[in-house]
Amino acid sequence: MAYERKFKIGKPILEVNNISLAFGGVKAITDTSFNVLEHEVRAIIGPNGAGKSSMLNCINGIYKPQQGTVSFRGKEIPNITPNIMAQMGLSRTFQNLALFKRMSVLDNILVGRKLHTKTNFIEVALQLPKVKKEEKVNRDRSEEIISFLEIEDIKDTPVGKLPYGLQKKVELGRALATDSSIILLDEPMAGMNVEEKRDMCRFILKVNDELGTTMVLIEHDMGVVMDISDRVVVLDYGKVIGDGTPDEIMANQKVIDAYLGVEH
Amino acid sequence: MKPVFMTYTKKDLINLAVCMVLSVLIIPTFIKTEYWYTSILIPWLCLALATIGQQIVMGYTGQLALGAAGFMAAGAFAMFNLILRVPELGFIGSLAVSGLIAAAFGILFGLPSLKVRGIYLMVATLASQFFIIWMIDKFGWFKNYDSSGIITAQDIVILGKPFTTPLAMYFVCLAVTAVLTLLAMNMARGSTGRNWMAVRDMDIAAESMGVSLLKTKVQAFAISAFYCGVAGALFAFCYLKSLEPVAFDIKLSFKILFMCILGGLGTINGAFIGAAFILLFPVLLNSVGNNVFHGAIDATIISSIEQVIFGLLMIIFMIYEPLGMAKLWENLKQKLSLRLQSSSIKNLKSSVSKNLK
Repeated sequence: MAYERKFKIGKPILEVNNISLAFGGVKAITDTSFNVLEHEVRAIIGPNGAGKSSMLNCINGIYKPQQGTVSFRGKEIPNITPNIMAQMGLSRTFQNLALFKRMSVLDNILVGRKLHTKTNFIEVALQLPKVKKEEKVNRDRSEEIISFLEIEDIKDTPVGKLPYGLQKKVELGRALATDSSIILLDEPMAGMNVEEKRDMCRFILKVNDELGTTMVLIEHDMGVVMDISDRVVVLDYGKVIGDGTPDEIMANQKVIDAYLGVEH
Repeated sequence: MKPVFMTYTKKDLINLAVCMVLSVLIIPTFIKTEYWYTSILIPWLCLALATIGQQIVMGYTGQLALGAAGFMAAGAFAMFNLILRVPELGFIGSLAVSGLIAAAFGILFGLPSLKVRGIYLMVATLASQFFIIWMIDKFGWFKNYDSSGIITAQDIVILGKPFTTPLAMYFVCLAVTAVLTLLAMNMARGSTGRNWMAVRDMDIAAESMGVSLLKTKVQAFAISAFYCGVAGALFAFCYLKSLEPVAFDIKLSFKILFMCILGGLGTINGAFIGAAFILLFPVLLNSVGNNVFHGAIDATIISSIEQVIFGLLMIIFMIYEPLGMAKLWENLKQKLSLRLQSSSIKNLKSSVSKNLK
């Protein structure tokens, strides 16, 4: 790319080492390793059932892999839980939307500010001055994200009543509100039309560019993936079959075979 | 809407003012019969407070718990023993400490919520109901070795002044309920309430945002039990004026559950609406039976009808309006304001067309 990046791609922020995950006899992931560099946009692609979402769930601590480790900023994390990863500065969205359906858009995004909320429930009950100060900071940041995502007009609507595309946006907003250094996006553009996809790409690139947030995304739209990502890792049947820049991946015979099938 | 004072909007302050004027000025000046205070207003306030406790754990945090009356019993007997054995605490101090004791039980019986959910949790929390009542019955110390089974509650004395008339007791209940309701509202609207609701709506996402499930659930159980404990103490000291474990049986737990559901899950004002409905409905049915049918209908039939109607209402609300009466009230208000708006728009249109002519 011709333009100068404000945040230069740096050292590995996240490393996945030899992860294996099985559900009973079904092997979802086999001995998979790859890394994510700081400030890059990293895509994970692969046919259906390749183990992409399972991979994110292992990184995030929802699934416990039988083998392998996850390292964050060079440090291996024992006992990963979603909570620990959130505290380390890793946030995510979910494939099948995991929003707080009965809460408003603003409240959903405010939950993302949880780790920036230090006051306890007694202080909240008494509405001490420091609670008000903190709430104001959190609200201002949430409003900022809402206007960045161009969803001001729906901020008081319960999320459950919104169409799918908007819900995806809200979920991105909630992940952004955490001010994490790395965000995992599980199919952020699934079920969107071309226009919505273009908007989503714009948001992802803008966040990466302006805040330097590392983005890891799973996506099926090859055009989008090749356009926005710095590096791509390809999974098939739980194994890495390709890892490199979009150009390298497009020229990779194994990847082409996995997507188009091979004659036997 | 912009907050006017602290975090409250203009609407909140108007609501607060209306409630205060109603409860502090209008009710005491116009209602003179003792019956209203001793049998309706005082139990209403106490049960509404317990229902707020149930709301916190069930409506906001989404944990099906059924044992509110057990925590109320814990609060009531803690209060009795504190006034008896540690008189230095005074009434308000004892009330707070008995709430805390109930909260400790809440933490203990809230722990299963980490492993079981839904209907199974409901069964697990039933243990609190039976265990606390059993404990009070089993160990004479809690009842100060009173063999009669019913202990008379001590008189309420605050700062050396006795509060024994129905009106005075009403004011005690009102003050405690008002303060605790305000605190509950602050929590529900603030970051605490958002954590509760996040756990209710999607626990895995909540955890990924850094909300600790353990902390949030146990916190909700503790706060809920605190509210139930304080409500139980007030219920015993202001309404029953006696202490007997039987008064806090499973029926009362169910009653509070019904108040919570009919009032509207996840609303604070629903607690008051639900409690009023469940308390007033039997009174209404009775007076209909006496005044319209002149006692032609047997009292037992009336009380059966009451059960039937409650059951039906529960089913109807669960199917058509899971958010309860508080939501109906909201809808009504919205419709009224829409009608006002549309009529003002009509006026505008007609004035415009007149001008054009």
